[in-house]
Amino acid sequence: MILSTALDPASEEARANRAAHEVALAEVRAAADAAVAGGGDAARGRHVARGKMLPRDRVAGVLDPGSSFLEVGLFAGHGLHDGACPCGGVIAGVGWVHGRPVMVVCNDATVKGGTYYPITVKKHLRAQEIAAENRLPCVYLVDSGGANLPQQDQVFPDRDHFGRIFLNQARMSADGIAQIAVVMGSCTAGGAYVPAMADVSIIVRDQGTIFLAGPPLVHAATGEEVTAEDLGGGDVHTRISGVADQLADDDAHALALARQAVASLGGIDRQSSEFPEDTATWDEPIHDPETLLDVVPPSPATPYDVREVIARLVDGSRFDEFKPRFGETLVTGFARICGIAVGIVANDGVIFSDAAQKGAHFVQLCSQRRIPLVFLQNVTGFMVGREAEHGGIARHGAKLVNAVACTAVPKVTLIIGGSFGAGNYGMAGRAYGPRFLWTWPNSRIGVMGPAQAADVLATVRRQAMDRAGTPWSAEDEAAFRRPTEEALKAQSHPLYASARLWDDGIIDPRQSRQVLVLSLRIALNAPVEETRFGVFRM
Amino acid sequence: MFRTVLIANRGEIACRVIRTCRRMGIATVAVYSDADADAPHVALADRAVRLGGAAPADSYLRGDAIVDAMRATGAQAVHPGYGFLSENAEFADAVAAAGLVFVGPSARAMRIMGRKDAAKAAMREAGVPVVPGHEGADQSDAALADAAAAVGYPVLIKAVAGGGGKGMRAVHAPGDFADALGAARAEARGAFGDDRVLIERLIDRPRHVEVQVFGDGTRAVHLFERDCSLQRRHQKVLEEAPAPGMSPALRDAMGAAAVRAAEAIGYGGAGTVEFVADATDGLRADRFFFLEMNTRLQVEHPVTEAVTGIDLVEWQLRVAAGEPLWVEQDDLSLDGHAVEVRLYAEDPANGFLPATGQLTHLSFPPTVRVDAGVAAGDPIGPDYDPMIAKVIAHAPTRAAALAKVDHALSNARVAGTATNLSFLRRLVRDPDVVAGDVDTGLIARKGAALTDRPVPCTRSRSLAALAALGLADGDGGPWQGFALWAPLAWVQPLVWQGEGFEVRVAVLGPGRFRATLGDAVHEIVRDGARWRIDGDSVAADAVRDGDAVHVFWGNVYGFAVADPLAPAEAEAPGADVVTAPMPGLLREVRVAVGDAVAAGDRLAVLEAMKMEHALRAPRDGTVAEVLAAAGTPVAAGAALIRLAG
Repeated sequence: MILSTALDPASEEARANRAAHEVALAEVRAAADAAVAGGGDAARGRHVARGKMLPRDRVAGVLDPGSSFLEVGLFAGHGLHDGACPCGGVIAGVGWVHGRPVMVVCNDATVKGGTYYPITVKKHLRAQEIAAENRLPCVYLVDSGGANLPQQDQVFPDRDHFGRIFLNQARMSADGIAQIAVVMGSCTAGGAYVPAMADVSIIVRDQGTIFLAGPPLVHAATGEEVTAEDLGGGDVHTRISGVADQLADDDAHALALARQAVASLGGIDRQSSEFPEDTATWDEPIHDPETLLDVVPPSPATPYDVREVIARLVDGSRFDEFKPRFGETLVTGFARICGIAVGIVANDGVIFSDAAQKGAHFVQLCSQRRIPLVFLQNVTGFMVGREAEHGGIARHGAKLVNAVACTAVPKVTLIIGGSFGAGNYGMAGRAYGPRFLWTWPNSRIGVMGPAQAADVLATVRRQAMDRAGTPWSAEDEAAFRRPTEEALKAQSHPLYASARLWDDGIIDPRQSRQVLVLSLRIALNAPVEETRFGVFRM
Repeated sequence: MFRTVLIANRGEIACRVIRTCRRMGIATVAVYSDADADAPHVALADRAVRLGGAAPADSYLRGDAIVDAMRATGAQAVHPGYGFLSENAEFADAVAAAGLVFVGPSARAMRIMGRKDAAKAAMREAGVPVVPGHEGADQSDAALADAAAAVGYPVLIKAVAGGGGKGMRAVHAPGDFADALGAARAEARGAFGDDRVLIERLIDRPRHVEVQVFGDGTRAVHLFERDCSLQRRHQKVLEEAPAPGMSPALRDAMGAAAVRAAEAIGYGGAGTVEFVADATDGLRADRFFFLEMNTRLQVEHPVTEAVTGIDLVEWQLRVAAGEPLWVEQDDLSLDGHAVEVRLYAEDPANGFLPATGQLTHLSFPPTVRVDAGVAAGDPIGPDYDPMIAKVIAHAPTRAAALAKVDHALSNARVAGTATNLSFLRRLVRDPDVVAGDVDTGLIARKGAALTDRPVPCTRSRSLAALAALGLADGDGGPWQGFALWAPLAWVQPLVWQGEGFEVRVAVLGPGRFRATLGDAVHEIVRDGARWRIDGDSVAADAVRDGDAVHVFWGNVYGFAVADPLAPAEAEAPGADVVTAPMPGLLREVRVAVGDAVAAGDRLAVLEAMKMEHALRAPRDGTVAEVLAAAGTPVAAGAALIRLAG
């Protein structure tokens, strides 16, 4: 059926919604501008003066002109490390090279010499995870001093630390996912393994260097005096050591060589029958995505019909709703986004037992039919209380969680409101491995709402006080609640979340349709495997 | 009427003749050289016969082969077009001897008009005014000086056997006559082996006005005049009908004189009587003089066709088939004004040096008549005349016709070789040309104002960058330029006339761009087939052809795109190496290994495009190597001589 809308764009409510969204958008846009600016004007000026292209120009230069770029982790590092690491010090995202989706990971040498902060490592690994899951060739544009030494305990030793980058490279290469490195600056110590572990590596003459230990460390260790270029420059590595394969004259030449390397990969990874060609036509939604700002209440606490969102995301606003009369707080159904068939799971209130069962059923259907899933998350959690527990909410919720955890079809999650409690799990939160997870500026995330958290802690505290017979005034209680509430409020903010890479990025709600379709196209680059579910507690 | 006609020509005129034949239901036979095997005139004809090699002497000038081809194909008549054998009396004789028909005048008429002195004598006899002058047998210094005084200064000394300006001297005062005579004789002797000269009145502001005549061998009519004054190096570039400033009385007088001339020699078919008019005081009946008669169809005949509504080729064929002339002079009238410009593959900014290349684009708006012998995709080779097309506009008034030409040129898509398109646009906008104040010296006088290469503005350069990036051809798909918060920008290096620059193109969305060049920033939006640049809707276009980008925006701007995979590695030939500027025949090598040369010395002579090009030393030095021998054909860019020291 074609979804209708109850929106009156001239209404007071619509205007208030839009105003609130615009405030939230402005905050995110300011953060995005700061991330894009990298290490700031002075550092960028020095970078350019060395004849190097700016990192974002390098990313563009390797991509097809006009390629879309689905950037991930733009807000990584926002407010972390005293703001020293905008964009996490590394740019990552999926763009198209010779018509093929490719993961580009580009160090930003204007940010602390491109050294790896903890968030840099996390972002690099997330980019590799996306590449591995979606079978995307990787192009690493390397210009990094390696691990950030003062943070070495946070970047070096653990499982998901620096070493994992090279393990991923080896495993992806083993899995037939091409690894291409372009050395456009330093590539020191551990960093030297990025080009060394790559299938193909390209180095820029008189600019790129690769060595396990730089000249100062060499001098300290052996007393040998050697220049960086003589130790591990482009000429050395392409002519003598064989660490790199191609010598480029400059950045532009190196990027052209990298494009050529991608062109030579062959076409085995694309499953073109799985998604429509660019030229295929589809209907735009009848209801303009622009009006998402009018129709969606900015607070996750305000209920509204989530079909208003679906109507603004899917082709022709057409939605084949599944089980519309059962478990009404979870809206499920089939639709197309730019021609790609999807199953949509969207919250329309707290998840009751019937809604959870319906969700599990629907996920099973999509898995059987190999239809990718889109989760529109706006959930305060599963229903609580005696009735719910007696009704087996935990058992029914587990079914949904099991289905979401095990389905082999690609999942893409968009948090459009609240993401609280176990609702996060049942709706394919980060832990459930959606191929991409995006959030809106008005979204909030946490184990529970700030007020509820304070309630829980205050209740526990009062019980302890009561047992001890200590009086607890209302003022004292309010004072006790305040830090918890404030901390959770701050931690539930999407910038706080995105800074820590709990998601792949905050998006403008009006871009949701494009972000979803790009995410799906990338996800469908990998073959869809058969699903095997765990044991359902019936 | 003939059933089959062979067209002994190539290029636009062959195509044009074939089209009329086709309309008349006459089968056509084309002939071609090896260089033209895939040329449009071959494809257009019903049959085509190979003549021989690319050089005209091996193909289009081979009368015997053409007569053979006529016999082999059953062609009853041959249309010679212009150039090649069109004014060759021996060929006309050979055709007649074979019992076939030459579409043109009699060999006798051709012979009379083929010799300047004989032509003039015949004209004087027929009462046609000729330039006051002296061409007596007495070639003594004194007799010639007296003749000059009688003709009246300023005078022109010309070689009797002359042509191409050789053996020609202008003399403005009697005191300079002796020296000039000596120089002219020496030059004539060197060029023609004949040092006889004649003396003519020098015409200060000459206009070239010609009358189209048409005869049936007995009777003739005229089809009014054409003005072909706008010339460069004796090469017509703009022709029009009628002539600006021509009064009906003068038209009648000139027309009558031309008809007398044609009838006097029993002229059959289309011919042109060329006059020079002294335009110092406008066109006056007592200031026009017979120059010569062209016994063929002229290149510029379409302007006459436009203003008379007559198909001259059809008329030629009817007269050749024996029809007596079917019109009286009074039946003919003028309708409006027509202007033709000749689009050449040449570089006006570089002395009109002929250019070669592969035409990647060739199209014009449908508002004009275009006679072209090449199409997009065809090569412009060094073997023949580098004319690409004639563009002919017909309108009620001269101003409207000029505007129509300008519009057609501004909206033309021509690329793949240097052309004179911008030059022609400037010419039709020139205030003196617009005012009709033309003479044969106008183009040379205006010089760089007409020939300078137009410099592309930052908007044109931005479009060039879009084309270089492959972003100019419209639909980039719904995801073009999609980005979450920050659009990506592509940096495109380009080269215009050796000047390198970079354009930064941010892709803001499907068909939406922001181009930055230094301080200039342009917002560019694809708008259907047009562009919106900073809010202005423009009908510009930009296309990429291999490593070249062309922006069509009034003028055609050519840019080079460097292949990012082929950077500086290949050493460009420096000032040490003299290279061939175009493909051609190395006629002469004037230096040998070890010779010391100074910058500007002539080192070799290249013959190409019917012209000789001196190859000069780029600097002082010693010849280290001669890399090609005289008499060998060389490719464009071929290294010929290397200097050392």
